[in-house]
Amino acid sequence: MMRKSWIVLVIILIGFLIKLLQDTAFAKPIDSNTLINNAFKYDGKVVEFQGEAIGEIMKRGDFAWVNVHDGQNAIGIFMRYEDAKKIKYLGRYRVKGDIVYVKGIFNRACKEHGGDLDIHAKQVEIVKRGYKMYERVDKARAVFGIGIFLIGSFLMWIVFRNKW
Amino acid sequence: MDKSVFKSDHIELRHVLYMTGKTLSAIGFVEIIAVITSLLYKEWSMAFNLMIGTGLFFVVSFIFIFIGRDTKEQRFSWGAGMSMVGLTWALGGLISAIPPYLSGHFASYLDAFFEVMSGYTTTGLVLIQDLDHAPMGLNMWRHLITYIGGQGMVLMTLSFLASGMRGLLKVYMGEARDEQIFPNVIHTARIIWFVSLLYLVLGTTALTINGVLIGLPLDMAFFRGLWMFLGGWDTAGFAPQSQNAMYFHSTSYEIISMMIMLLGTINFALHYFILSGNYKEGIRNAEIKSLFVTITSLSILGIIALKAIYSTPMVAFRKVFYHFVSAHTGTGFATLYSQQFFYEWSDAAIILIVIAMLAGGSVCSTAGGIKALRIAILANALVNDIKKMIRPDSAVVVEKFHHLKEVALQDRHVRNASIIVLLYIVTFSIGTLAGTFYGYPLKQAMFESASALGNVGLSSGITQPSMPDGLKVIYIFMMWVGRLEFMSVIALFAFLFKEAKEG
Repeated sequence: MMRKSWIVLVIILIGFLIKLLQDTAFAKPIDSNTLINNAFKYDGKVVEFQGEAIGEIMKRGDFAWVNVHDGQNAIGIFMRYEDAKKIKYLGRYRVKGDIVYVKGIFNRACKEHGGDLDIHAKQVEIVKRGYKMYERVDKARAVFGIGIFLIGSFLMWIVFRNKW
Repeated sequence: MDKSVFKSDHIELRHVLYMTGKTLSAIGFVEIIAVITSLLYKEWSMAFNLMIGTGLFFVVSFIFIFIGRDTKEQRFSWGAGMSMVGLTWALGGLISAIPPYLSGHFASYLDAFFEVMSGYTTTGLVLIQDLDHAPMGLNMWRHLITYIGGQGMVLMTLSFLASGMRGLLKVYMGEARDEQIFPNVIHTARIIWFVSLLYLVLGTTALTINGVLIGLPLDMAFFRGLWMFLGGWDTAGFAPQSQNAMYFHSTSYEIISMMIMLLGTINFALHYFILSGNYKEGIRNAEIKSLFVTITSLSILGIIALKAIYSTPMVAFRKVFYHFVSAHTGTGFATLYSQQFFYEWSDAAIILIVIAMLAGGSVCSTAGGIKALRIAILANALVNDIKKMIRPDSAVVVEKFHHLKEVALQDRHVRNASIIVLLYIVTFSIGTLAGTFYGYPLKQAMFESASALGNVGLSSGITQPSMPDGLKVIYIFMMWVGRLEFMSVIALFAFLFKEAKEG
């Protein structure tokens, strides 16, 4: 009896391990092109994705949408608002957004979100904090830009004055 | 002989240059809005780039206007009008591409020119890199370009700068506008602006409110709303973020943008009729019927063809119906990645959306493509011919269609529609062939060719900075001839040939 119980327990453990391995088969940072080009393969699987948070955090109740760009494509990450609040910098002009690590379920055509290709995050971590960038202005270009703008405006004034 | 006097069979270069100069100066004035946007956000580099563009527009316009200043009172010939339109679009594109190129968001000047021509022709295919980090001024300029292109570059000049000029009907029609709302062209042009500005306020307000409700901060809700309106109304499909319409992850945002796309694809004359209280016209109009039939039937077939991958009604609505509306209206807003069309959509669905892209919107709208009225005319002609076959020889069959008024179908209507359809099919085939020559699969080559020619902007993945330069040039040409419906471009080449021959 004891022996049979052990066999059953081992079978259950093996089954559990197989399931765990299946779920985590793609559990390493994966690039967006691979995900999008093989969306059927990864559909419903747990994936790890990493990239720059861009744009805005769009709060939806207790959750939020954050678009994360890995250098190839941006993918929408649906996460708890508590997790989204960890993000301080979002990528835009002159701002490098936080690099975000996400582990969650990949959906090729999410039924909950109208068929969007998205990731429902289970775990969100900030890998690297973003920062603000300072703009370096090319002085020669600035002088040329202002100069040609003023000359052009003067010429337009001549056109209007002469009613050409 | 006085130089300012035109020979009846001669296209006068100086008059063409004069009108071209007037139009280019108007574009320069519009670009100042983008300069101001950059200055407001302290984007100094972009502001200087845009100032260079504006300054160049003014300098080139001055030279052209100066050369042709004594031709103002002359009447346009058809050839001159068409040539002026073709030349303005080409030069306008070349100068407009300078600030985007200087911004560093394009791999080459050709890429920037491609993007700008895509905007002016209201196509929406993009080659911009790192759009998510683009300056506000650059995004403003990209979207203003779509607005100028949607209204018509020359139309803008007609509205504000051309009060003393004669023969303007030729240039008006050169921009693929087949009909006038009023006998006076300038009056018609101003009505088109009135309709556009009215919807600009309404559409931007709706998208801004919706943007705030879905979690955007107010300033970005406004700017994203404004730019998405411009992208939708002008059926251009430009968006201020790399994910296009998918960025928002919102059903309500997609529904509003879909309504804007549909409004943008409707004839300006019909808008005016409806806004004036003539609601019946909206139901009786042959174009509206044609659009309704083709959008509905293609979407239903598309939903059937894709039911295996989009199983629920909401998913089918947002992923199939949305893209068929986007394709048919010539907009190009997308909530799918370009690769998904290629890897996930069936061949049947691709063929259906290619048909939708080629079919296009209304005449005298911002949309491209063959146009609903021509499809209606050809369908009526087919019915007419069938009736003739089954009735006695002595019977006289007169087919009519309703477009703003009752119109008896004549052979010239059918001939005009047939020529344009034939030119579209031939050009589409050449574009597809070019894509396959460069090694792309037939499905992708067809999709991209239809998108460029129909001024749609959806992509199956071919359009990206790494695509061959030769193909970029071919697609630019296709976007150009598609928007101007061939005639202006053909007239421009005929004009240049004649001028060169006469020295």
